[in-house]
Amino acid sequence: MNQSNAFFSNYEVGEFYDEMFEAPGVIRSHYRKLFERFSEMGLDEFERKRALVDNTLLNQGVTFTVYSDNKGTERIFPFDLIPRIIPAKEWDHVERGLTQRIIALNLFLHDIYHEQRIVKEKIVPEEVVRSAVHFRPEFMGFNVPKDIYIHICGTDLIRDRDGNYLVLEDNGRCPSGVSYVLENRQVMKRVFPKLFARHSVRPIDDYAQELLNLLRYVAPDGNPDPTVVLLTPGIYNSAYYEHSFLARSMGIEIVVGQDLVVKNDCVYMKTTKGLKKVDVIYRRIDDDFLDPLVFRKDSMLGVPGIVNAYRKGNVNLANAIGTGVADDKVMYYFVPQMIKFYLGEEPILPNVPTYLTMFDDDRKYVLDHIPELVIKSANESGGYGMLIGPHATHEQHEKFRDAILKNPRNYVAQPVVQLSRAPAFCDGTIEGRHIDLRPYILYGEKITIIPGGLTRVALRKGSLVVNSSQGGGSKETWVVDEN
Amino acid sequence: MLSRVADSLYWLGRYVERAENNARILDVNLQLMLDFQDGSDMTEQRQWEPIIASLEDQKLFNSLSKQFTAETVCEFVTFERENPNSIYSCLARARENARTVREYISSEMWEQINRLYLFMNSDAARQECANSSIDFYRRFVDSSHQFLGITNATLTHGEGWHFLQVGKYLERADCTSRILDLKYHILLPSGEQVGGNVDTVQWMAVLKSCSALEAYRKISVGQVIPWKVAEFLILHDSFPRSIRFCIDGLDASLHRISGCDRAHFSNEAERLSGRLCSDLDYVTIDEIFKYGLHEYLDRIQLRLIEIAGAMHKTYCEWMEPEPALQTQAQ
Repeated sequence: MNQSNAFFSNYEVGEFYDEMFEAPGVIRSHYRKLFERFSEMGLDEFERKRALVDNTLLNQGVTFTVYSDNKGTERIFPFDLIPRIIPAKEWDHVERGLTQRIIALNLFLHDIYHEQRIVKEKIVPEEVVRSAVHFRPEFMGFNVPKDIYIHICGTDLIRDRDGNYLVLEDNGRCPSGVSYVLENRQVMKRVFPKLFARHSVRPIDDYAQELLNLLRYVAPDGNPDPTVVLLTPGIYNSAYYEHSFLARSMGIEIVVGQDLVVKNDCVYMKTTKGLKKVDVIYRRIDDDFLDPLVFRKDSMLGVPGIVNAYRKGNVNLANAIGTGVADDKVMYYFVPQMIKFYLGEEPILPNVPTYLTMFDDDRKYVLDHIPELVIKSANESGGYGMLIGPHATHEQHEKFRDAILKNPRNYVAQPVVQLSRAPAFCDGTIEGRHIDLRPYILYGEKITIIPGGLTRVALRKGSLVVNSSQGGGSKETWVVDEN
Repeated sequence: MLSRVADSLYWLGRYVERAENNARILDVNLQLMLDFQDGSDMTEQRQWEPIIASLEDQKLFNSLSKQFTAETVCEFVTFERENPNSIYSCLARARENARTVREYISSEMWEQINRLYLFMNSDAARQECANSSIDFYRRFVDSSHQFLGITNATLTHGEGWHFLQVGKYLERADCTSRILDLKYHILLPSGEQVGGNVDTVQWMAVLKSCSALEAYRKISVGQVIPWKVAEFLILHDSFPRSIRFCIDGLDASLHRISGCDRAHFSNEAERLSGRLCSDLDYVTIDEIFKYGLHEYLDRIQLRLIEIAGAMHKTYCEWMEPEPALQTQAQ
């Protein structure tokens, strides 16, 4: 293989699992064609294409607002043009693992809101369920349409040093990011048409159609022609672009709380022709803000009375209320056991090894090893309430030690996983950067997983944090059938 | 269609039109200035003060600037963020409305308005305006026309399109009436005799502000005569910026929204627009002058406000939360 390629010639593989290179200069077979194409292109052409893409995304308004200056500057979510490739065989494994997991999580949610067998058989401690912030005891015994709780799931996967896929987190409430996946693909096709011609990349375009099918499928009383809407917090929400993108792609109305009104326990939207009944709501608002009469009283985003309409079975919500109990970070620890308990199977995708500080032995270990561990608070997300031991100060370690001792139920700890790396364009050169993967799973009449999903990349050198607020970007993710 | 979407489309139509009209007025006034430069502050003030007056923004302007110069007025009407009617502010609000109905309008429409906004918010826009302001305003008017063209060519001409039309025509009728009123006021304080070079050029400028000079020439050869200009801009039945034409389009769109035929009305907005339409169909320019041109234009502006209010009541009243629910929610 030719190694004198300007593009990758200075590339360092490093002490990590590299998605593209098996070893310095040795390319994994599924990346070969990509390597050749980029070799032909050179950095200049690449740079030109990059500028074109950034401009396209800016004009399309695929942006978030920079709040720190008052000029209303808008930035795009950085998009790295070197795709991440997953060979079909590897993907099949991931897909089977995710399918198994979502089935188990849904069975768990049904169980936890009904018989609670898993608690009675002492697999999950009762205390863990009772103290979960997102557990909604008021929905005990409530039957959701088609018995599906998590309709849309965005599970975060990472790869360890040996390239094994591990589950980092189950996002079973309102996972976001899928619009980037779909937009990125459009952009890539426009900029690198030849690249697609050379690979057989599995298409992802039917996501919106599958999502719509699913939302229609879960309509109350099997209504064959339901009115489906998407409920958004509004244009100032950072994911608003995605909300409008999805509504547009599905051809459904996007509504804010004030567009809806509840009368006689039915939900209606206010139209120019009067009130129109709504049957299914794809809500992108957390439980807490959904209904000021039931949850947070100060919520301006929600719809008074909507929870009662839901309870009466006159409207369905996706995802269901109360799914948060399953993506509690403590509950995460028990998912492999759930899979065994409900399905009698071994988990296909393992968890990251996790310590629960509520267990005496684990707590002792964690307190002795804080500087080596990642410690997370149970109910926060987006990189908040988290300590990365090796990167933190002694003072911060001690703060978490106190917090753990004060409330052991609220913390979990994990060893630092050295995420896999992939080549990314950074300041004029190509360097390895850490990545993760968020596939999107739709659970309706059947289970559909978008081939690939969102690859997030930590563009800051050495960083393990892929969140957009902390210098993260995205990559195209290709599932490629090798021939 | 959601009431909120209808409302946003209506305002999208209005704000784009308002921004465009501001650009037109500035463009024409800048050109006029080239003809009447004597270097005195008085001339410059006389030239620019009425612009602020016609936009009804005197108070705010006075709080921000001391003098009426081409520079201060252009800055105020173009870029001033504190001026809610500046081109920048109108575009920002147009874009915000477009964003809330992003799933309803076409991607082409969104990209056009977004690009235009990003440009107006950039240093490049200030550069261009400083280098050649006339080109800058021309380009802006062109971009606005592109938006209208893209809208017509890419958006289904259904309910939402008609709400956009209503906003556009209401705003345009209002702007035409203001432009006319503005010049009438300066030139004919008591409806006296006119004539002379200056007047002709000024009246030509009025026509130009409405892109109407060429069209006017086609129907009226020879001297530009004030009363004929007024007649043209108020009563012409097919020139797209005349008040009558705008009200006709407005009334047609209102009727298409409800599905009621134009010989009848099904709500208050249609009744009011229908009546205004008939008035404009049958009134003569002599009657208007007898009534007083300024008074007549003022009356039209009031009637436009009434139509907008009635329309909001008919289609968007839902948007305000019901009092009972509101107290519950608190």
